[in-house]
Amino acid sequence: MLGIVGTVPDLSLNLTVGRVSLEADKILIQGRPVPVNRGTPALIGAALQTLAVFGKSELTAFLAGDTGLGQGSRKIYHHLVHEDLAPEIQTLVFHYLQPDVDWHNRVLFKLAEMENRPVLIADAGFMYAAKMSGQAGSYDLFTPDAGELAFLADETAPHPFYTRGFILHTDNRVPDLVRRAYEHENAARYLLVKGSRDYIMDETGLLSSVEGPSTEAMEAIGGTGDTLTGIVSALIGIGMKIPEAALAAARINRLAGLAAAPTPATQIMDIIAQIPAAVETILKEAP
Amino acid sequence: MLNFSLFKKKKTSRQDAGARAGLGILVFEHTSEVIRAEKLLRSEGWDIKVMGPPPEIRTGCDLVVRFPLIEQLNILRLLEGARIHPQQVVPVTGPLLKPVDLFQVKDFGDFLMVRAANMKLTIEKRTQKIVNISGGGCPDVPYLAYEMVGKTLSESPRPLDIGHTLCGYALGLAFEEMQKQCSVL
Repeated sequence: MLGIVGTVPDLSLNLTVGRVSLEADKILIQGRPVPVNRGTPALIGAALQTLAVFGKSELTAFLAGDTGLGQGSRKIYHHLVHEDLAPEIQTLVFHYLQPDVDWHNRVLFKLAEMENRPVLIADAGFMYAAKMSGQAGSYDLFTPDAGELAFLADETAPHPFYTRGFILHTDNRVPDLVRRAYEHENAARYLLVKGSRDYIMDETGLLSSVEGPSTEAMEAIGGTGDTLTGIVSALIGIGMKIPEAALAAARINRLAGLAAAPTPATQIMDIIAQIPAAVETILKEAP
Repeated sequence: MLNFSLFKKKKTSRQDAGARAGLGILVFEHTSEVIRAEKLLRSEGWDIKVMGPPPEIRTGCDLVVRFPLIEQLNILRLLEGARIHPQQVVPVTGPLLKPVDLFQVKDFGDFLMVRAANMKLTIEKRTQKIVNISGGGCPDVPYLAYEMVGKTLSESPRPLDIGHTLCGYALGLAFEEMQKQCSVL
């Protein structure tokens, strides 16, 4: 089963752990609706839409309200450190959490104690903490965008905000930044780099890339990276190998984006609605 | 205070983690300002420490305030409210590091996007309405998007007023750059 850990911008949501479903433009956790607009709810929505194509709907979410002061993130961290993870969760995704190296390390140590550690995927704030901790290599997949890749490649930057200009410069090629990230042990086992071209890479270099269909407006739409992470997580959760899942997810996300005929004002739920058809199309094309 | 509990617990481990643990320093012109800042921040529960500055940045006074970098925006807002103005804010990991100051502007025709660091802000040119916010990874990003998307630049709250993290700070820079861009549209 897939587990997703993250926050929502609603402080009235206390720590909530449980199965999630998608109802119209909201996710439902323990009967409570949470709007899918961006962030972790968008990731969950995309994952559920992907799972649905395979006749699956089981997904456990660990959610709490947090608006940037770390309130909900701390509740989640505390829960993960003090409660055993259900053994049926074999893929675990960390997403919008307040970056906190100390809590990150405690969570990672707890997971390391497990006899069968789940596949670990990190994106957003938790990926920042994973890099800052020096433990990036403990993860199976990071899903950075181009700016976050530059942060991973900058061994001195404690946050993307401090990425040095010569690394952040757009003339830098993604493969070069990936190589630099691995040289400084700041990358997961696999990287799915989201951008105008999506790159699937590991320490040995480029595994595959996807550059079409290309929809320029996607760059401006909040949540398109979250949906990609949700799709790849769901595919890994049903048993696909990480490189194959990453390649398929990149193609699915682009196809769903194209089908939504987006403008820079399009909202992410319009793209999430297109995911099932895109999954079916891409899987039919697969050898 | 919530932030106090977050950082108070981790004194030993943060120090052990050393340079990579996400610490920053506040550099002031006068020692009296350091003392005022220390008193204010401690009274609000922040886990900060007054230390000697690294040699590379001895342009200010001989003391700096070490603080959890991810809380930069909150701490600067608190100091600003008390009219205490640091000369510099730099991460402990590298005194020569500076915040990202590169803006990328992308024109989509009817829409305009400004990127600062890892944050992107997009408006409709005709109405100056904020239509999307993307990027970032800290929990205030979805909150800021909720508060800002659908409002015009003049109606929207400023990210520097309601954000809490470095992602919020970056969005604040994008917001200010967008205001500049719109002033010449």
